[in-house]
Amino acid sequence: MTPAYYLFLSAILFTIGVLGFLLRRNAIVVFMCVELMLNSVNLSLVTFARMNGTLDGQIMAFFVMVVAAAEVVVGLAIIVSIFRTRRSASVDDANLLKY
Amino acid sequence: MTPTDIPAPSIAYGPLWPMIAVFLAAAIGVLVEAFVPARRRRPVHLVVALAGLTGGLVAVALVARNHHHPTLIAERAVAVDGPTLFIQGTLLLLGIAAVLLLGERSLDSTGGTFVAAAAVVPGSRGERQLTASSTMQTEVFPLAMFALGGMLLFPASNNLLLMFVALEILSLPLYLLAGLARRRRLLSQEAAVKYFLLGAFSSAFFLYGIAMLYGYAGSVDLGAIFTATGTVGSNDTLLYLGIALLSVGLLFKIGAAPFQNWTPDVYQGSPTPVTALMASGTKVAAFGALLRVFYVAFGPVRWDWRPLMWGVAILTMGVGAVLAITQTDVKRMLAYSSIAHAGFILTGVVALNRSGLSGSLFYLLAYGFSTLGAFAIVTLVRDADGEATHLSQWRGLGRRSPALAGIFALFLLAFAGIPLTSGFTSKFAVFSAAISSGATGLVVVGLIASAVAAFFYVRVIVLMFFEAPAPDGPTIAVPSVLTYGAIALAFAVTVVLGVIPGPLFTLADKAALFVR
Repeated sequence: MTPAYYLFLSAILFTIGVLGFLLRRNAIVVFMCVELMLNSVNLSLVTFARMNGTLDGQIMAFFVMVVAAAEVVVGLAIIVSIFRTRRSASVDDANLLKY
Repeated sequence: MTPTDIPAPSIAYGPLWPMIAVFLAAAIGVLVEAFVPARRRRPVHLVVALAGLTGGLVAVALVARNHHHPTLIAERAVAVDGPTLFIQGTLLLLGIAAVLLLGERSLDSTGGTFVAAAAVVPGSRGERQLTASSTMQTEVFPLAMFALGGMLLFPASNNLLLMFVALEILSLPLYLLAGLARRRRLLSQEAAVKYFLLGAFSSAFFLYGIAMLYGYAGSVDLGAIFTATGTVGSNDTLLYLGIALLSVGLLFKIGAAPFQNWTPDVYQGSPTPVTALMASGTKVAAFGALLRVFYVAFGPVRWDWRPLMWGVAILTMGVGAVLAITQTDVKRMLAYSSIAHAGFILTGVVALNRSGLSGSLFYLLAYGFSTLGAFAIVTLVRDADGEATHLSQWRGLGRRSPALAGIFALFLLAFAGIPLTSGFTSKFAVFSAAISSGATGLVVVGLIASAVAAFFYVRVIVLMFFEAPAPDGPTIAVPSVLTYGAIALAFAVTVVLGVIPGPLFTLADKAALFVR
């Protein structure tokens, strides 16, 4: 099995994340799409670590996981607070700031 | 394998002290939050934060004196060189002014610009009671200090992974800070959601770019990527993908078009002291990182990315200058002006020579202080509903308060680049650097954009001084010494750099050499 297939898979997952971010309306789902993007990068990093024969990429994946966890803490706090105010987590409803 | 088989990395802690001081103050701030009684927290936080920043500034001065040779420390992860120290010094000074603004609480009759309790639902009875009380969410101080620590680390990292971690350290606290305004809670929360989702989106792109460059060079060290670009036979697709994706993340943070859409919304919705911190600090730090990545790692492949950056710079200047004309809100107008300025600084980045680097450094310092001062003035013009940010409310402000309107006019003239202000010298520096590198077309566009931008700055000045004030116009709040201090610092820097720019130019020129 060539490692390149994992890179393609990772690119597909990343693209699904991007499209989900742009198309979905619920802030939680939008945020999950960002997490999907981060995890697809992890797959790329681990594959490149295998291809390059160095361990750096695997260690970087751990860093990414920690950062993603911190981002969840901050993100959910913000999304929950706006949900409690508006009774909705739709990103379309947040439209007071424009032009 | 026993643990002793893993060699411990050797870390020279001395040059890291600017960052250690700030992170230490942030950590002490968390302890203050836990152990100091609520009514005494704000002054204690203020002292801790200012001590940390001043300590950091002293450390920068000591490092600059003792380390004449630029070095890479902590296993090549942190670069201690001229641009790092210059930008860290700028950020620490801006941080001191921003913390002074955060600590201000005599503007509002109830206390400060920050929410009493962020978790209480706006509009509920509990919220009304809390707003009437004088409590405030004092966590803003440690959050701002963590953000400032990340900003110090961001332009100093010589390793893309560390750069990513620093990017998140600076961004995550800012996402929270954006949502903590005392008045207009809905706008503030909306700004936080938008900033958070778009910021997370862009950092995912940044990270994918890092993965591609790791695949290309086998390392995320900027020096290793530089070496790899000089060899033939590597997979160039990965390199180009990496440069493009990494640029998306960096250009988002500096607010360059086409990634500028978040800027006006977030600047308008956030509490104004936080906007001041974001508009000055984040921009300086992100430009520092952008300069390092493009000058250190991507220099050899400049012919591939420069045309694209030309396009981005032209688009940014155009979008910023043209859309600013149509704005009716002061904070939004300043946001679009910051986009236009990102474009002007990008002309210095594209120049890719020593004078471009020193010009950009000079520009960042000058612009950071003018924009911080402008937002500080915005906090003072108030009506019953908090800050009066609609431009029509600023009509005739010069008759009501000549000093305040005069200082604001000076900042606007500095943005427009009128001689004898810091804006003129900095624009001159980046444009002349761009011409010397052969980017004359870019400079022509830059001059046209400056002229367009000057139009709306002057329009605000005319509005303030030559129109009759509205009868139910806003009042000018009398701040405490904190806001006065911040405005005085910004005013002094703007004037001094306009009248005698020589010494700082020399300093920026001496600093303008990246270590590889």
